[in-house]
Parts: sequence; C-alpha cells; structure tokens
Amino acid sequence: MDTQSTLEKVLRGIAITAVILFFMFPIFWIFLMSFQTNETILRVPPSIVFEPTLTNYKALITGRLESTAGALEIEFMSNLFNSAYLSTMAVIVGLILGVPAAYAFGRLKFRGSEDIAFTLLSFRFAPPLLVLLPLTIYFQQIGLANTYFGLIWVYQLIVLPLILWIVRGYFEDIPADIEYAYRIAGHGFWATFRKIALPLAMPGIAAAGLLAFIFAWNNFIFALVLASADKQPVTVGALAFVTASGIQYGQIAAGIVLSILPTLALALYAQRYLVEGLSLGAVKG
Amino acid sequence: MSIQLTDIVKRFKKDLVLDGVSLDIPTGETLVLFGPSGAGKTVLLRLIAGVIDPEEGSIALRGQDMAGVEPEDRGIGMAFQNFALFPHMDAHENIASPLTARQVPDATLKERVFEVAHLLKIDHVLGHKPKELSNGQKQRTALARALAAQPSILLLDDPLRNVDAKLRFEMRLELPRLLREQNATVIYVTQDYKEAMALGDRIAVMSDRGIAQVGTPEEIYLSPANTQIARLFGDPAINLLDVTVQAGPKIALSGAEVVLDAAHTGAVGQDCILGIRPEAIKFVPADAPGAFPVEIEAETPLNEKTVTLAATQAQREILISRPAGTPGPVSGTAHIAMDASGALLFDRASGALLPMAGKAIEGEVA
Repeated sequence: MDTQSTLEKVLRGIAITAVILFFMFPIFWIFLMSFQTNETILRVPPSIVFEPTLTNYKALITGRLESTAGALEIEFMSNLFNSAYLSTMAVIVGLILGVPAAYAFGRLKFRGSEDIAFTLLSFRFAPPLLVLLPLTIYFQQIGLANTYFGLIWVYQLIVLPLILWIVRGYFEDIPADIEYAYRIAGHGFWATFRKIALPLAMPGIAAAGLLAFIFAWNNFIFALVLASADKQPVTVGALAFVTASGIQYGQIAAGIVLSILPTLALALYAQRYLVEGLSLGAVKG
Repeated sequence: MSIQLTDIVKRFKKDLVLDGVSLDIPTGETLVLFGPSGAGKTVLLRLIAGVIDPEEGSIALRGQDMAGVEPEDRGIGMAFQNFALFPHMDAHENIASPLTARQVPDATLKERVFEVAHLLKIDHVLGHKPKELSNGQKQRTALARALAAQPSILLLDDPLRNVDAKLRFEMRLELPRLLREQNATVIYVTQDYKEAMALGDRIAVMSDRGIAQVGTPEEIYLSPANTQIARLFGDPAINLLDVTVQAGPKIALSGAEVVLDAAHTGAVGQDCILGIRPEAIKFVPADAPGAFPVEIEAETPLNEKTVTLAATQAQREILISRPAGTPGPVSGTAHIAMDASGALLFDRASGALLPMAGKAIEGEVA
C-alpha cells in the first residue's frame, strides 16, 4: 500500500523498534556482559562504555578460571558437548519414531488411533517431577541412570509428542488425492511415503525438529535429576558459576552466548524449510 | 469385459454411498458416468482404482478379481478432478511417474513423456513446477500423466471441471479423438450432459446411490428412464406437465387437443406427466391446428438458440426453444403448438417412463 502517510510510517517504525528493543535488549545486554569482568558488570550506574575482555570466553574454553580467589575448574565445554549430543540424538530418535507414527495417526486412521495419539500428548500434562521420581528409581535399578542412552530415552517425553502432533497436522494437510495419484501411477506404499508424503511434509518436519531441539536443549529438570557431572548439559552446568566466592556474571553471560549459538544457527538453517509453501498450486479448489 | 462391477456396496461410517451397483464395460468402450454431485461417481472410480475398498460386491478388471489387489498393481491410468499433481516435481517428472514405476529405460521414458506432452501441447512447459502452470496446463499435465504408461483402463474424474469455458470447449472437441487413439477402456465422470453426450459410447446415469439408467446418448436423451433423468439431459430442460391421457390417445391443454403417438394407448385414463422438449414446441398463428394461447413471460437469447418462458392459461410454465435469429413474440399473448411425436409419458406417482406399445424402453434400466 502506497497510501500510507509519513506519520503512519514513522509511528509504525517506532512501534517496531520498541518491540525489538523490549525483546532483544536482554540478549544484547548479556552479549555486552560477556565481554566484561565482574567489576565492570556490577558498577553503579551501569554503562555500555567499558574495556572489552575475552577472559570470560578464555576461561570457558580452556576450562580454567584464574581469579584472585585461586583457580577454578569449569566443565563448560563438556557441558556444551553434552547438550549438543543429547539434543541432537533425542531429536533424531524422535524423528525416526515420530514421523512414521505421525503418518499412521494422520492417514491410516486405525482403530484406537485417536486414543493413542491423545495418550502420547498427555505425557506433557503431568509435571515432569511426577514422572521423574519413579523413573529415577527404575533407572537406577536397570542401570540407565547417568547414561546418555537413558537421558535420550527420557528426552522422548518432551520430543516425541511435539513431533507427533505437529507433523501429523502436516500429513493431514496433504490432499489424499496426491498420494492416491502416486499409488495409481504404480508406486507402492513405502515409495509413496518417501517420495510424496515426506517431501510435502518437510516444512512441518523441519519446524517440529527445530522446536523439539530447542525444547530438549533448554531442558533442565530431567538432566538435573538423572545425570551426574560428566553427562550434564549446559542448563545444569551453569549452576557451577554460582560459586562460594560469588556469582560469576561474566562467565554466565559468555556461557549463555555460547549456548544460544547452536540453536540460533539451526534456526537460521531450518528457516528456508519453514517458509517453503506446503503444496502451492498442486490441487485446485 | 474389461471392467466388471458386481453388486458393489460402499458405506462411509454409517452413510450408504453406493447400494448394489453393477456395471459391465466391454473392452475399448468409453462409458460416461453422469449424475449430480454426491451421486457416488467419484467413489465408484476410487473403488475401481483400488484406493478404497467396497464393503460388499466384487470388482473385476480384464477378467481378474481385484479383491486385495493394491492400486499400484491394477494397471490403471487416472486423472483427478483436482489434478492432484505432485507439487514438488516438475511437469516432466509428474508425467513420467507411471513410467518410473514400471522401470522404463531412461531414453524410452524421455521419448514417451515428450510424445504425450506434445500430443497435449504442453511440451514447452515440461520443466515447470505445478504452481508455475496455468490451470489449463495443469489439467493437461494431469491427463498426460494418466496417459503416459498407455494403460488399458483409463479413469477420468471430471477432468474439465476446473478449467475455464474456452478450454473446456476445446478439450471437448479434442478428447474423443485422444481417447480413441488410446485404445483404452475409459470411464469418464462428468456433471455436464453435453460432455456426456459428446464423449460417451454409453452413458450410465447415477442417482440415489445407484445407477438409474445405462444406454447410448440417444437412448438416454430420447427415452430417459424417469423424469429426473429427463430433466438432467437437455438445455433448456424438458417441459414436464401433469396431464391425464384421454382416449385417442390425446391430452387436453388449455382448450387445445394434443394427439399423442398411438403407442401411448396403454396410458389412457392414467395420471401422467407429459415430457416434451422445448425444441418440439413452436410459435404458430392462432388458427393453426392444435394451437393454444400462452402468455409470454421472459425471453433468454442464448448463442445458438432463443429460449422463451411462457405460461399457459392454467398458469403452467412452458419453455419454448427456437433457433437464434428466427422471429418470435417477445411479450403478450402468443400461440404455440406441440409436435407430440417425440413426447414422453411418465407415471405421475413414480416418475418412471411409461412403456409404449410396440416399443421397448431402450437401454438397460437398472
């Protein structure tokens, strides 16, 4: 629309700026904090003028924090690796199990499919702690406590219902005639699933995978209860910055920046799949 | 028999969609499935294609029972009303899909795709994705895909439904030749009676969950099995007037007597519905034999004909059709006469066509 007045444009610009400032400012501030020492962070009044330092990042990456109180061991990098490994594996397992299941729920409509799908969703209703306490006991008995395998399994409680319900909707949105047409053309059930249903549901699968990854990455309580130090993700590992000699704000900020990066990169990468239209122009009406 | 349906019953949940449909289609025939929407035409095609299964009854293709045979193994080509193109594949891949399934060698595949595309005049857009194609091109791509593997059975589900009038007209002229060249047994679904008459060797009229009449286009047009079918075929629609047949046989209309074909003798004394095509009614001078007065209500000039709506003295509405360009009254009172030789009589209670002495009702009445 070209009929917008200048005033309208200006007001709109101000409104957008305000919203962006509101949501982006904390991240921006944390980004600045990550280049400061505890002293400059805590000075009153705060200022964005400071001498940038890389000590926080250096400490996180080398795993040793030299301070006046002495040297402190930090496991941040292995926590970061744990987060990446756990989330990636959880999403991969979730997709392998969830996508075919979503197709079955969406397309095949077998007896009891609605009930099963709802039961899977209901896993998300209960407070995680309710599930965790008995689970911890079982896991200790069968030797799954503090193993990657056990954690990835428990992460399915977060990942699987999400993938299942999002992807199912996308499968249902594919006109059945498109799949029928491929079958009638002479292709079998599995070929149709691989060549038609999967590619057409790809935006949904990408969205669900990304969301599931973020949920898994941000998970705190499962890993806190079920994992000990060497299997802990960053969310739990960040607790280590609350030390006896004070809270290491600079390291926390640097840790946050480092742990945002993988999800940010993934979101940017998945974006092109997210915006691709579902079945533009394929079916009339 | 190329396609043989026996007592097909299909339900969706509790709804009965098809109730005991039987149909035999000999090899090489083009059968048009005609009927209003919701009559079960598409369902019947899907049953034959095997993407849904009937509750009862059997489907045999080329003499083989199809129970438990997957759609990919039925050797069918099908074009969908909504085209159902694969949106992530270009036109070439779409058309080639039945050939890749049959593992046709690459060179042959390319040749065949180009051949079909050329036939349907879409060879210049083979590299386009469906969303880059016009509606007409989409429709032709869908048709090309159905034809690509030269199936011996071709199911066309109202392929001209979603294209514009000009293209529909062109395709209506082109399709019969195209279908003849395929040498296939064809089932063609349509809601357009002109398309049905133009394309069908035979027409099966569907209504009320079953097939109401099967016959050649002439049979269906000249002796429709009931008033409903009579109304569906013909534009403007047939005039249906409640009459009582008197000895003669003749009927009285607004003081004038219309003498019927002697074959209608059996209907004397019965309450009937007279079916008379608008083309069989003419404007005549007041003193012409059989003339009776009507009040002109409206005139609709169509391209090749002019249709007049008139009311009789008993306030019954009658449509009169005459070739465009011929003179006729525009308003006021006029006189018309009927050529009753092709008139039809239906039973008033059931709507069924009454048998004529010496003439069997043509076509099979289901």
